[in-house]
Amino acid sequence: MNIVVCVKQTFDTEAKIVLDGSGNIDGSAVKLVINPYDEYAIEEALKLKEKFGGDVTLVSMGGERAPEALKTGFAMGADRGVLVTDPALEDPDEWACAEVLAKAISQIPYDIILTGRVAIDDGSGQVAVRMADALGVPSVSCIVELSVEDGKAVARREIDGGTELVEVCLPAVLTAQKGLNIPRLPSMAGIMKAKNKELKKLSLADVGIDASGFSRKMSVPKLSLPNPRKGGKTVPGEPAEAAKELARLLREEAKAI
Amino acid sequence: MAKGIWIIVEQSKSEIRKVSLELLSTARAIADKTGDPLVAVIPGKGVSGLAGTAAAYGADKVVLIDDDKLADYTTGAYTSALSKLIRKEEPNAVLLGNTAIGKDLAPRLAHRLGVGMASDCVGMEYDEESFLVFKRPIYGGKAFAELSACERPAIATIRPNTFPLAAPDEARKAEIANESANIDVEDLRAIVREVALAASARPELIEADIIVSGGRGMKGPENFHIIEECADAIGAAVGASRAAVDSGWIEQKFQVGQTGKTVSPVLYIACGISGSIQHLAGMGTSKVIVAINKDPDANIFTVCDYGIVGDLFTIVPLLTEEFKKLV
Repeated sequence: MNIVVCVKQTFDTEAKIVLDGSGNIDGSAVKLVINPYDEYAIEEALKLKEKFGGDVTLVSMGGERAPEALKTGFAMGADRGVLVTDPALEDPDEWACAEVLAKAISQIPYDIILTGRVAIDDGSGQVAVRMADALGVPSVSCIVELSVEDGKAVARREIDGGTELVEVCLPAVLTAQKGLNIPRLPSMAGIMKAKNKELKKLSLADVGIDASGFSRKMSVPKLSLPNPRKGGKTVPGEPAEAAKELARLLREEAKAI
Repeated sequence: MAKGIWIIVEQSKSEIRKVSLELLSTARAIADKTGDPLVAVIPGKGVSGLAGTAAAYGADKVVLIDDDKLADYTTGAYTSALSKLIRKEEPNAVLLGNTAIGKDLAPRLAHRLGVGMASDCVGMEYDEESFLVFKRPIYGGKAFAELSACERPAIATIRPNTFPLAAPDEARKAEIANESANIDVEDLRAIVREVALAASARPELIEADIIVSGGRGMKGPENFHIIEECADAIGAAVGASRAAVDSGWIEQKFQVGQTGKTVSPVLYIACGISGSIQHLAGMGTSKVIVAINKDPDANIFTVCDYGIVGDLFTIVPLLTEEFKKLV
Protein backbone atom coordinates (compact mmCIF):
# COMPACT_ATOMS: atom_id res chain seq x y z
CA MET A 1 0.00 0.00 0.00
CA ASN A 2 1.35 3.42 -0.97
CA ILE A 3 0.66 5.81 1.84
CA VAL A 4 1.28 9.56 1.66
CA VAL A 5 1.30 11.76 4.75
CA CYS A 6 1.27 15.55 4.39
CA VAL A 7 3.12 17.24 7.21
CA LYS A 8 3.68 20.84 8.18
CA GLN A 9 6.28 22.37 10.40
CA THR A 10 4.66 24.64 12.98
CA PHE A 11 5.52 26.67 16.06
CA ASP A 12 5.57 24.72 19.28
CA THR A 13 2.29 25.16 21.21
CA GLU A 14 4.24 26.82 24.03
CA ALA A 15 5.46 29.54 21.65
CA LYS A 16 4.70 33.13 22.54
CA ILE A 17 3.68 35.17 19.50
CA VAL A 18 5.54 38.42 18.91
CA LEU A 19 5.10 40.84 16.00
CA ASP A 20 8.14 42.49 14.45
CA GLY A 21 8.43 46.15 13.34
CA SER A 22 6.53 45.55 10.12
CA GLY A 23 3.67 43.73 11.82
CA ASN A 24 4.75 40.23 10.86
CA ILE A 25 5.13 37.31 13.22
CA ASP A 26 8.70 36.99 14.41
CA GLY A 27 9.50 33.29 14.36
CA SER A 28 13.28 33.53 14.54
CA ALA A 29 13.60 32.43 18.15
CA VAL A 30 10.70 30.00 18.15
CA LYS A 31 11.09 26.26 18.57
CA LEU A 32 9.61 24.49 15.56
CA VAL A 33 7.89 21.13 15.73
CA ILE A 34 5.94 18.86 13.45
CA ASN A 35 2.26 19.86 13.60
CA PRO A 36 0.89 17.68 16.45
CA TYR A 37 -2.11 16.49 14.41
CA ASP A 38 0.25 15.35 11.62
CA GLU A 39 1.90 13.00 14.13
CA TYR A 40 -1.40 11.14 14.48
CA ALA A 41 -1.47 10.88 10.67
CA ILE A 42 2.08 9.48 10.55
CA GLU A 43 1.29 6.96 13.29
CA GLU A 44 -1.80 5.77 11.43
CA ALA A 45 0.22 5.49 8.22
CA LEU A 46 2.84 3.37 9.98
CA LYS A 47 0.12 1.09 11.37
CA LEU A 48 -1.30 0.63 7.86
CA LYS A 49 2.18 -0.18 6.56
CA GLU A 50 2.67 -2.74 9.33
CA LYS A 51 -0.60 -4.39 8.36
CA PHE A 52 -0.53 -4.22 4.57
CA GLY A 53 3.12 -3.59 3.68
CA GLY A 54 4.16 -0.78 1.39
CA ASP A 55 5.73 2.61 1.82
CA VAL A 56 5.10 5.79 3.75
CA THR A 57 6.08 8.99 1.91
CA LEU A 58 6.00 12.32 3.72
CA VAL A 59 5.14 15.37 1.62
CA SER A 60 5.71 18.89 2.86
CA MET A 61 6.23 22.49 1.79
CA GLY A 62 8.53 24.93 3.47
CA GLY A 63 11.87 26.62 3.73
CA GLU A 64 15.26 26.01 5.28
CA ARG A 65 14.07 24.58 8.57
CA ALA A 66 11.37 22.26 7.14
CA PRO A 67 13.67 19.20 6.78
CA GLU A 68 13.83 19.02 10.61
CA ALA A 69 10.10 18.21 10.74
CA LEU A 70 10.47 15.56 8.04
CA LYS A 71 13.34 13.99 9.97
CA THR A 72 11.06 13.58 12.99
CA GLY A 73 8.72 11.62 10.72
CA PHE A 74 11.60 9.57 9.34
CA ALA A 75 12.70 8.72 12.86
CA MET A 76 9.17 7.50 13.63
CA GLY A 77 9.47 5.16 10.63
CA ALA A 78 8.40 6.95 7.43
CA ASP A 79 10.39 5.77 4.41
CA ARG A 80 11.07 8.89 2.37
CA GLY A 81 10.15 12.52 1.94
CA VAL A 82 9.30 15.09 -0.69
CA LEU A 83 9.74 18.76 0.15
CA VAL A 84 8.50 21.45 -2.21
CA THR A 85 10.60 24.50 -1.59
CA ASP A 86 10.66 27.59 -3.79
CA PRO A 87 11.27 31.32 -3.27
CA ALA A 88 7.86 31.96 -4.85
CA LEU A 89 6.26 30.09 -1.92
CA GLU A 90 7.13 32.78 0.61
CA ASP A 91 3.58 33.32 1.85
CA PRO A 92 1.14 30.97 0.11
CA ASP A 93 -2.55 30.98 0.95
CA GLU A 94 -4.55 27.78 1.44
CA TRP A 95 -5.53 27.59 -2.23
CA ALA A 96 -1.88 27.70 -3.30
CA CYS A 97 -0.77 25.13 -0.69
CA ALA A 98 -3.44 22.70 -1.84
CA GLU A 99 -2.52 23.11 -5.52
CA VAL A 100 1.20 22.62 -4.83
CA LEU A 101 0.72 19.57 -2.60
CA ALA A 102 -1.73 18.01 -5.06
CA LYS A 103 0.74 18.47 -7.92
CA ALA A 104 3.59 16.99 -5.88
CA ILE A 105 1.48 14.01 -4.77
CA SER A 106 0.18 13.31 -8.26
CA GLN A 107 3.79 12.49 -9.28
CA ILE A 108 3.93 9.55 -6.86
CA PRO A 109 1.70 6.49 -6.51
CA TYR A 110 -0.80 6.73 -3.65
CA ASP A 111 -3.64 4.64 -2.25
CA ILE A 112 -4.36 6.72 0.80
CA ILE A 113 -3.36 10.22 1.94
CA LEU A 114 -3.35 11.08 5.63
CA THR A 115 -2.72 14.41 7.34
CA GLY A 116 -3.65 16.33 10.48
CA ARG A 117 -7.16 17.81 10.66
CA VAL A 118 -5.70 21.29 11.14
CA ALA A 119 -2.30 22.92 11.51
CA ILE A 120 -2.03 24.64 14.85
CA ASP A 121 -0.35 27.74 13.41
CA ASP A 122 -2.82 29.27 10.95
CA GLY A 123 -5.58 27.02 12.22
CA SER A 124 -7.54 27.23 9.01
CA GLY A 125 -7.99 23.50 8.38
CA GLN A 126 -8.55 24.05 4.67
CA VAL A 127 -5.58 22.59 2.84
CA ALA A 128 -6.30 18.85 3.15
CA VAL A 129 -9.90 19.18 1.99
CA ARG A 130 -8.93 21.52 -0.86
CA MET A 131 -6.14 19.14 -1.88
CA ALA A 132 -8.63 16.26 -2.11
CA ASP A 133 -10.70 18.36 -4.49
CA ALA A 134 -7.62 19.28 -6.54
CA LEU A 135 -6.76 15.57 -6.81
CA GLY A 136 -10.37 14.66 -7.57
CA VAL A 137 -10.60 12.18 -4.69
CA PRO A 138 -13.03 12.01 -1.74
CA SER A 139 -12.05 13.01 1.79
CA VAL A 140 -13.16 12.37 5.35
CA SER A 141 -12.33 15.01 7.96
CA CYS A 142 -11.53 14.67 11.62
CA ILE A 143 -11.26 10.89 11.96
CA VAL A 144 -10.85 9.09 15.29
CA GLU A 145 -10.90 5.49 13.99
CA LEU A 146 -9.85 3.92 10.70
CA SER A 147 -10.04 0.53 9.05
CA VAL A 148 -9.07 -0.26 5.48
CA GLU A 149 -10.48 -3.18 3.50
CA ASP A 150 -11.01 -4.08 -0.18
CA GLY A 151 -10.12 -0.70 -1.65
CA LYS A 152 -12.27 1.11 0.85
CA ALA A 153 -11.67 3.04 4.05
CA VAL A 154 -14.18 3.00 6.86
CA ALA A 155 -13.55 5.91 9.18
CA ARG A 156 -15.29 7.14 12.29
CA ARG A 157 -15.31 10.91 12.22
CA GLU A 158 -16.12 13.41 14.94
CA ILE A 159 -19.26 15.46 14.31
CA ASP A 160 -20.99 17.96 16.58
CA GLY A 161 -22.58 15.97 19.37
CA GLY A 162 -21.22 12.56 18.40
CA THR A 163 -19.52 10.58 15.67
CA GLU A 164 -20.42 9.06 12.34
CA LEU A 165 -19.04 6.12 10.41
CA VAL A 166 -18.19 6.99 6.81
CA GLU A 167 -17.26 4.53 4.08
CA VAL A 168 -15.22 5.97 1.28
CA CYS A 169 -13.58 4.60 -1.89
CA LEU A 170 -9.79 4.76 -2.08
CA PRO A 171 -7.77 6.66 -2.93
CA ALA A 172 -8.98 9.22 -0.43
CA VAL A 173 -7.71 11.95 1.88
CA LEU A 174 -8.32 11.39 5.60
CA THR A 175 -7.58 13.98 8.29
CA ALA A 176 -6.55 12.89 11.76
CA GLN A 177 -8.12 14.09 14.99
CA LYS A 178 -6.62 13.57 18.43
CA GLY A 179 -7.79 10.19 19.73
CA LEU A 180 -7.06 8.33 16.47
CA ASN A 181 -3.99 6.73 18.07
CA ILE A 182 -1.04 7.49 20.31
CA PRO A 183 1.93 8.49 18.15
CA ARG A 184 5.07 6.46 18.82
CA LEU A 185 8.21 8.18 20.01
CA PRO A 186 11.17 7.84 17.65
CA SER A 187 13.48 5.02 18.78
CA MET A 188 17.26 5.46 18.91
CA ALA A 189 17.56 3.11 15.92
CA GLY A 190 14.90 5.15 14.12
CA ILE A 191 16.79 8.36 14.74
CA MET A 192 19.98 6.80 13.35
CA LYS A 193 18.19 5.50 10.25
CA ALA A 194 16.48 8.85 9.66
CA LYS A 195 19.77 10.36 8.53
CA ASN A 196 19.97 8.08 5.51
CA LYS A 197 16.41 8.38 4.26
CA GLU A 198 15.82 10.01 0.92
CA LEU A 199 14.54 13.60 1.01
CA LYS A 200 13.74 14.87 -2.45
CA LYS A 201 13.57 18.66 -2.80
CA LEU A 202 11.41 19.98 -5.60
CA SER A 203 10.86 23.48 -6.95
CA LEU A 204 7.51 24.72 -8.27
CA ALA A 205 8.79 24.09 -11.80
CA ASP A 206 9.62 20.50 -10.81
CA VAL A 207 5.98 19.88 -9.87
CA GLY A 208 4.77 21.57 -13.05
CA ILE A 209 3.59 24.89 -11.64
CA ASP A 210 4.38 28.22 -13.27
CA ALA A 211 5.09 30.53 -10.33
CA SER A 212 4.12 33.62 -12.33
CA GLY A 213 0.52 32.40 -12.54
CA PHE A 214 0.27 32.15 -8.78
CA SER A 215 -1.85 34.90 -7.31
CA ARG A 216 -3.37 35.00 -3.83
CA LYS A 217 -7.08 34.32 -3.46
CA MET A 218 -7.21 36.08 -0.09
CA SER A 219 -5.59 39.41 0.82
CA VAL A 220 -2.34 39.35 2.77
CA PRO A 221 -3.57 39.22 6.37
CA LYS A 222 -3.12 42.19 8.66
CA LEU A 223 -1.97 40.79 11.99
CA SER A 224 -2.64 42.01 15.51
CA LEU A 225 -2.25 40.71 19.01
CA PRO A 226 -5.26 40.29 21.29
CA ASN A 227 -5.87 42.89 23.95
CA PRO A 228 -4.54 41.18 27.03
CA ARG A 229 -7.32 40.24 29.45
CA LYS A 230 -6.80 41.62 32.89
CA GLY A 231 -7.35 39.65 36.01
CA GLY A 232 -10.61 40.75 37.56
CA LYS A 233 -12.24 40.54 40.95
CA THR A 234 -11.30 38.00 43.52
CA VAL A 235 -14.47 37.14 45.38
CA PRO A 236 -13.47 36.99 49.05
CA GLY A 237 -15.00 35.30 52.06
CA GLU A 238 -15.74 31.87 53.44
CA PRO A 239 -16.70 29.31 50.76
CA ALA A 240 -20.47 29.58 51.29
CA GLU A 241 -20.35 33.37 51.33
CA ALA A 242 -18.06 33.54 48.27
CA ALA A 243 -20.24 31.13 46.29
CA LYS A 244 -23.33 33.17 47.07
CA GLU A 245 -21.62 36.43 46.12
CA LEU A 246 -20.24 34.95 42.89
CA ALA A 247 -23.70 33.76 41.84
CA ARG A 248 -25.07 37.24 42.57
CA LEU A 249 -22.29 38.95 40.56
CA LEU A 250 -22.83 36.63 37.60
CA ARG A 251 -26.54 37.38 37.59
CA GLU A 252 -26.58 41.10 38.45
CA GLU A 253 -23.24 42.53 37.33
CA ALA A 254 -22.07 40.30 34.48
CA LYS A 255 -25.63 39.37 33.43
CA ALA A 256 -24.21 36.04 32.31
CA ILE A 257 -26.81 33.78 33.94
CA MET B 1 -25.05 44.65 -9.17
CA ALA B 2 -26.24 43.05 -6.00
CA LYS B 3 -26.21 39.30 -6.27
CA GLY B 4 -26.84 38.19 -2.77
CA ILE B 5 -25.34 37.15 0.53
CA TRP B 6 -25.93 33.46 1.06
CA ILE B 7 -26.11 31.63 4.35
CA ILE B 8 -25.76 27.84 4.06
CA VAL B 9 -28.22 26.76 6.74
CA GLU B 10 -27.53 23.74 8.92
CA GLN B 11 -30.17 21.80 10.77
CA SER B 12 -30.21 19.50 13.70
CA LYS B 13 -33.23 17.48 14.83
CA SER B 14 -35.48 19.26 12.30
CA GLU B 15 -34.57 22.70 13.58
CA ILE B 16 -32.22 25.32 12.19
CA ARG B 17 -28.99 25.35 14.20
CA LYS B 18 -28.37 28.39 16.34
CA VAL B 19 -25.19 29.37 14.49
CA SER B 20 -27.12 29.57 11.21
CA LEU B 21 -29.62 31.91 12.87
CA GLU B 22 -26.73 34.01 14.21
CA LEU B 23 -25.42 34.29 10.64
CA LEU B 24 -28.82 35.30 9.28
CA SER B 25 -29.13 37.90 12.06
CA THR B 26 -25.78 39.55 11.42
CA ALA B 27 -25.88 39.24 7.62
CA ARG B 28 -29.29 40.97 7.63
CA ALA B 29 -27.61 44.18 8.81
CA ILE B 30 -24.86 43.85 6.17
CA ALA B 31 -27.37 43.14 3.40
CA ASP B 32 -29.25 46.30 4.36
CA LYS B 33 -26.05 48.30 3.74
CA THR B 34 -25.01 46.62 0.48
CA GLY B 35 -28.43 46.14 -1.04
CA ASP B 36 -27.75 42.43 -1.52
CA PRO B 37 -30.68 40.10 -1.02
CA LEU B 38 -30.11 37.81 1.97
CA VAL B 39 -30.59 34.20 0.88
CA ALA B 40 -30.93 31.19 3.19
CA VAL B 41 -29.89 28.06 1.31
CA ILE B 42 -31.13 24.88 2.98
CA PRO B 43 -29.76 21.60 1.64
CA GLY B 44 -31.10 18.32 3.05
CA LYS B 45 -34.07 15.98 2.94
CA GLY B 46 -37.50 17.20 4.02
CA VAL B 47 -36.31 20.74 4.76
CA SER B 48 -39.28 22.79 3.56
CA GLY B 49 -40.58 23.22 7.11
CA LEU B 50 -37.53 25.35 8.00
CA ALA B 51 -38.25 28.15 5.53
CA GLY B 52 -40.45 30.12 7.93
CA THR B 53 -37.78 30.32 10.61
CA ALA B 54 -35.19 31.47 8.07
CA ALA B 55 -37.56 34.22 6.96
CA ALA B 56 -38.25 35.27 10.55
CA TYR B 57 -34.51 35.75 11.12
CA GLY B 58 -34.13 37.98 8.07
CA ALA B 59 -33.89 35.95 4.85
CA ASP B 60 -35.34 37.68 1.77
CA LYS B 61 -35.28 34.41 -0.11
CA VAL B 62 -35.13 30.77 0.98
CA VAL B 63 -33.66 28.24 -1.44
CA LEU B 64 -34.56 24.63 -0.65
CA ILE B 65 -32.42 21.87 -2.11
CA ASP B 66 -34.34 18.76 -1.18
CA ASP B 67 -32.82 15.44 -2.24
CA ASP B 68 -32.49 11.90 -0.87
CA LYS B 69 -28.74 12.10 -1.48
CA LEU B 70 -28.53 15.10 0.86
CA ALA B 71 -30.28 13.34 3.75
CA ASP B 72 -26.91 12.59 5.38
CA TYR B 73 -24.13 15.10 5.02
CA THR B 74 -21.34 13.94 2.72
CA THR B 75 -18.65 16.30 1.48
CA GLY B 76 -19.01 15.32 -2.17
CA ALA B 77 -22.79 15.48 -2.53
CA TYR B 78 -23.10 18.82 -0.74
CA THR B 79 -20.17 20.32 -2.68
CA SER B 80 -21.64 19.15 -5.97
CA ALA B 81 -25.09 20.58 -5.31
CA LEU B 82 -23.97 23.89 -3.83
CA SER B 83 -21.11 24.63 -6.22
CA LYS B 84 -23.43 24.33 -9.21
CA LEU B 85 -25.97 26.66 -7.68
CA ILE B 86 -23.28 29.18 -6.75
CA ARG B 87 -21.84 29.11 -10.28
CA LYS B 88 -25.31 29.76 -11.66
CA GLU B 89 -26.36 32.55 -9.29
CA GLU B 90 -22.94 34.11 -8.54
CA PRO B 91 -23.60 35.42 -5.02
CA ASN B 92 -21.20 37.94 -3.50
CA ALA B 93 -20.73 36.00 -0.26
CA VAL B 94 -21.32 32.48 1.03
CA LEU B 95 -21.25 32.11 4.82
CA LEU B 96 -21.34 28.93 6.92
CA GLY B 97 -21.09 28.15 10.62
CA ASN B 98 -17.71 26.85 11.77
CA THR B 99 -19.24 23.50 12.68
CA ALA B 100 -18.18 19.94 11.84
CA ILE B 101 -20.06 20.31 8.55
CA GLY B 102 -18.99 23.91 7.81
CA LYS B 103 -15.33 23.16 8.45
CA ASP B 104 -15.45 20.26 6.00
CA LEU B 105 -17.73 21.71 3.35
CA ALA B 106 -16.49 25.29 2.97
CA PRO B 107 -12.89 24.51 1.91
CA ARG B 108 -14.00 21.96 -0.67
CA LEU B 109 -16.63 24.34 -2.00
CA ALA B 110 -14.06 27.16 -2.17
CA HIS B 111 -11.59 24.99 -4.02
CA ARG B 112 -14.19 23.73 -6.48
CA LEU B 113 -15.02 27.37 -7.22
CA GLY B 114 -11.34 28.37 -7.33
CA VAL B 115 -11.68 31.04 -4.64
CA GLY B 116 -10.26 31.84 -1.19
CA MET B 117 -11.87 31.30 2.16
CA ALA B 118 -11.57 32.57 5.73
CA SER B 119 -11.92 29.89 8.43
CA ASP B 120 -13.27 30.10 11.98
CA CYS B 121 -13.91 33.86 11.90
CA VAL B 122 -14.64 35.71 15.14
CA GLY B 123 -15.42 38.98 13.37
CA MET B 124 -16.90 40.14 10.07
CA GLU B 125 -17.45 43.72 8.97
CA TYR B 126 -18.61 45.37 5.80
CA ASP B 127 -16.24 47.83 4.22
CA GLU B 128 -16.91 49.58 0.91
CA GLU B 129 -13.48 48.83 -0.53
CA SER B 130 -12.90 45.21 0.48
CA PHE B 131 -16.58 44.20 0.87
CA LEU B 132 -16.31 41.80 3.84
CA VAL B 133 -13.34 41.98 6.21
CA PHE B 134 -12.98 38.81 8.24
CA LYS B 135 -11.14 38.58 11.53
CA ARG B 136 -9.84 35.17 12.55
CA PRO B 137 -7.65 33.82 15.31
CA ILE B 138 -4.29 32.29 14.39
CA TYR B 139 -1.83 30.43 16.58
CA GLY B 140 -4.78 29.26 18.61
CA GLY B 141 -5.92 32.78 19.43
CA LYS B 142 -2.50 34.13 20.36
CA ALA B 143 -2.84 36.52 17.39
CA PHE B 144 -5.53 37.67 14.98
CA ALA B 145 -5.50 38.07 11.21
CA GLU B 146 -7.77 40.39 9.23
CA LEU B 147 -8.28 39.49 5.62
CA SER B 148 -10.69 39.78 2.74
CA ALA B 149 -11.41 37.84 -0.42
CA CYS B 150 -9.76 38.94 -3.68
CA GLU B 151 -12.58 37.44 -5.75
CA ARG B 152 -16.26 36.63 -5.41
CA PRO B 153 -17.89 34.90 -3.74
CA ALA B 154 -16.24 35.68 -0.42
CA ILE B 155 -16.50 32.41 1.51
CA ALA B 156 -16.10 32.11 5.27
CA THR B 157 -17.00 29.98 8.25
CA ILE B 158 -17.99 31.92 11.36
CA ARG B 159 -17.42 30.63 14.89
CA PRO B 160 -20.65 29.91 16.80
CA ASN B 161 -21.56 32.51 19.46
CA THR B 162 -19.70 35.27 17.60
CA PHE B 163 -22.80 37.26 16.67
CA PRO B 164 -25.96 37.78 18.70
CA LEU B 165 -29.32 36.43 17.61
CA ALA B 166 -31.81 38.99 16.37
CA ALA B 167 -35.38 38.87 17.64
CA PRO B 168 -37.31 36.78 15.11
CA ASP B 169 -40.11 38.52 13.23
CA GLU B 170 -42.68 35.81 12.65
CA ALA B 171 -44.65 38.07 10.30
CA ARG B 172 -41.71 38.39 7.89
CA LYS B 173 -42.17 36.59 4.59
CA ALA B 174 -39.54 35.34 2.18
CA GLU B 175 -39.66 34.23 -1.43
CA ILE B 176 -39.28 30.44 -1.52
CA ALA B 177 -37.52 28.64 -4.35
CA ASN B 178 -36.87 24.93 -4.91
CA GLU B 179 -33.68 23.93 -6.68
CA SER B 180 -32.65 20.46 -7.79
CA ALA B 181 -29.46 19.00 -6.36
CA ASN B 182 -27.86 17.90 -9.64
CA ILE B 183 -25.17 15.83 -7.94
CA ASP B 184 -22.39 14.46 -10.15
CA VAL B 185 -21.87 10.72 -9.82
CA GLU B 186 -18.12 11.18 -9.14
CA ASP B 187 -19.08 13.19 -6.07
CA LEU B 188 -20.86 10.18 -4.57
CA ARG B 189 -17.89 8.15 -3.36
CA ALA B 190 -18.65 8.31 0.33
CA ILE B 191 -21.60 6.93 2.28
CA VAL B 192 -22.54 7.44 5.90
CA ARG B 193 -23.00 4.02 7.46
CA GLU B 194 -24.02 5.11 10.92
CA VAL B 195 -24.55 8.27 12.95
CA ALA B 196 -23.95 7.96 16.69
CA LEU B 197 -25.12 10.97 18.65
CA ALA B 198 -24.39 11.10 22.34
CA ALA B 199 -27.58 10.85 24.36
CA SER B 200 -26.98 14.07 26.25
CA ALA B 201 -29.50 16.70 27.16
CA ARG B 202 -26.68 19.22 27.53
CA PRO B 203 -26.01 21.78 24.80
CA GLU B 204 -23.35 21.20 22.17
CA LEU B 205 -19.98 22.41 23.49
CA ILE B 206 -19.13 24.81 20.65
CA GLU B 207 -22.57 26.44 20.68
CA ALA B 208 -23.21 26.55 24.43
CA ASP B 209 -23.87 29.88 26.14
CA ILE B 210 -22.32 28.59 29.35
CA ILE B 211 -19.55 26.03 29.84
CA VAL B 212 -18.42 24.53 33.14
CA SER B 213 -14.99 23.01 32.71
CA GLY B 214 -12.79 20.80 34.89
CA GLY B 215 -9.02 20.39 34.87
CA ARG B 216 -6.18 18.69 36.68
CA GLY B 217 -7.63 19.86 40.00
CA MET B 218 -10.53 17.41 39.57
CA LYS B 219 -8.09 14.69 40.69
CA GLY B 220 -9.94 11.83 39.02
CA PRO B 221 -12.84 10.72 36.80
CA GLU B 222 -15.02 9.96 39.83
CA ASN B 223 -15.21 13.68 40.63
CA PHE B 224 -16.52 14.96 37.32
CA HIS B 225 -20.10 14.61 38.58
CA ILE B 226 -19.43 17.86 40.48
CA ILE B 227 -18.86 19.64 37.14
CA GLU B 228 -21.87 17.93 35.54
CA GLU B 229 -24.22 18.87 38.39
CA CYS B 230 -23.08 22.48 38.26
CA ALA B 231 -23.54 22.53 34.46
CA ASP B 232 -27.02 21.03 34.71
CA ALA B 233 -28.11 23.64 37.24
CA ILE B 234 -27.67 26.38 34.62
CA GLY B 235 -28.19 24.48 31.35
CA ALA B 236 -24.48 24.55 30.56
CA ALA B 237 -22.19 22.27 28.55
CA VAL B 238 -19.35 20.36 30.21
CA GLY B 239 -15.75 20.99 29.15
CA ALA B 240 -12.32 19.87 30.25
CA SER B 241 -8.69 20.83 30.02
CA ARG B 242 -6.08 18.77 28.21
CA ALA B 243 -4.64 17.63 31.55
CA ALA B 244 -7.96 15.99 32.47
CA VAL B 245 -8.39 14.42 29.02
CA ASP B 246 -4.83 13.10 28.80
CA SER B 247 -5.22 11.59 32.28
CA GLY B 248 -8.13 9.60 30.88
CA TRP B 249 -10.67 11.16 33.26
CA ILE B 250 -13.02 12.42 30.53
CA GLU B 251 -13.42 11.86 26.79
CA GLN B 252 -11.38 13.82 24.25
CA LYS B 253 -14.50 15.40 22.72
CA PHE B 254 -14.86 17.56 25.85
CA GLN B 255 -11.38 19.08 25.53
CA VAL B 256 -11.19 22.86 25.22
CA GLY B 257 -7.91 24.38 24.02
CA GLN B 258 -5.44 24.68 21.19
CA THR B 259 -5.60 20.94 20.48
CA GLY B 260 -9.28 20.66 21.38
CA LYS B 261 -12.41 22.72 20.78
CA THR B 262 -12.33 26.49 20.48
CA VAL B 263 -15.29 27.98 22.28
CA SER B 264 -16.72 31.42 22.78
CA PRO B 265 -19.49 31.19 25.38
CA VAL B 266 -21.07 34.02 27.32
CA LEU B 267 -19.76 32.43 30.53
CA TYR B 268 -16.86 30.02 31.02
CA ILE B 269 -16.38 28.57 34.50
CA ALA B 270 -12.91 27.01 34.89
CA CYS B 271 -12.65 24.66 37.88
CA GLY B 272 -9.24 23.38 38.87
CA ILE B 273 -7.75 24.62 35.60
CA SER B 274 -4.37 26.35 35.85
CA GLY B 275 -4.83 28.31 32.61
CA SER B 276 -2.00 27.18 30.33
CA ILE B 277 -1.40 29.21 27.19
CA GLN B 278 -2.88 26.32 25.16
CA HIS B 279 -6.09 26.25 27.24
CA LEU B 280 -6.52 30.02 27.04
CA ALA B 281 -6.18 29.73 23.26
CA GLY B 282 -9.36 27.66 23.20
CA MET B 283 -11.55 29.84 25.42
CA GLY B 284 -9.94 33.29 25.51
CA THR B 285 -12.79 34.82 23.50
CA SER B 286 -15.35 33.88 26.18
CA LYS B 287 -17.24 36.96 27.31
CA VAL B 288 -17.04 36.28 31.07
CA ILE B 289 -14.49 33.94 32.63
CA VAL B 290 -14.77 32.57 36.15
CA ALA B 291 -11.92 30.71 37.83
CA ILE B 292 -12.06 28.47 40.87
CA ASN B 293 -8.65 27.22 41.89
CA LYS B 294 -6.86 26.60 45.17
CA ASP B 295 -3.59 28.01 43.84
CA PRO B 296 -3.72 31.83 44.12
CA ASP B 297 -0.82 32.06 41.65
CA ALA B 298 -2.55 30.01 38.94
CA ASN B 299 -2.33 31.75 35.55
CA ILE B 300 -6.11 31.53 35.10
CA PHE B 301 -6.50 34.31 37.71
CA THR B 302 -4.64 36.73 35.42
CA VAL B 303 -7.35 36.44 32.76
CA CYS B 304 -10.56 35.72 34.67
CA ASP B 305 -13.25 38.29 35.39
CA TYR B 306 -14.20 36.69 38.70
CA GLY B 307 -12.11 34.33 40.74
CA ILE B 308 -12.44 32.35 43.96
CA VAL B 309 -9.27 31.06 45.57
CA GLY B 310 -10.24 27.86 47.31
CA ASP B 311 -10.99 24.17 47.17
CA LEU B 312 -13.22 23.41 44.21
CA PHE B 313 -14.64 20.34 45.98
CA THR B 314 -16.18 22.69 48.55
CA ILE B 315 -16.94 25.70 46.38
CA VAL B 316 -18.40 24.20 43.19
CA PRO B 317 -21.20 22.26 45.00
CA LEU B 318 -22.07 25.43 46.95
CA LEU B 319 -22.12 27.40 43.72
CA THR B 320 -24.39 24.75 42.17
CA GLU B 321 -26.85 25.26 45.04
CA GLU B 322 -26.73 29.05 44.55
CA PHE B 323 -27.31 28.64 40.79
CA LYS B 324 -30.36 26.45 41.48
CA LYS B 325 -31.85 29.32 43.46
CA LEU B 326 -31.36 31.69 40.51
CA VAL B 327 -32.96 29.70 37.71
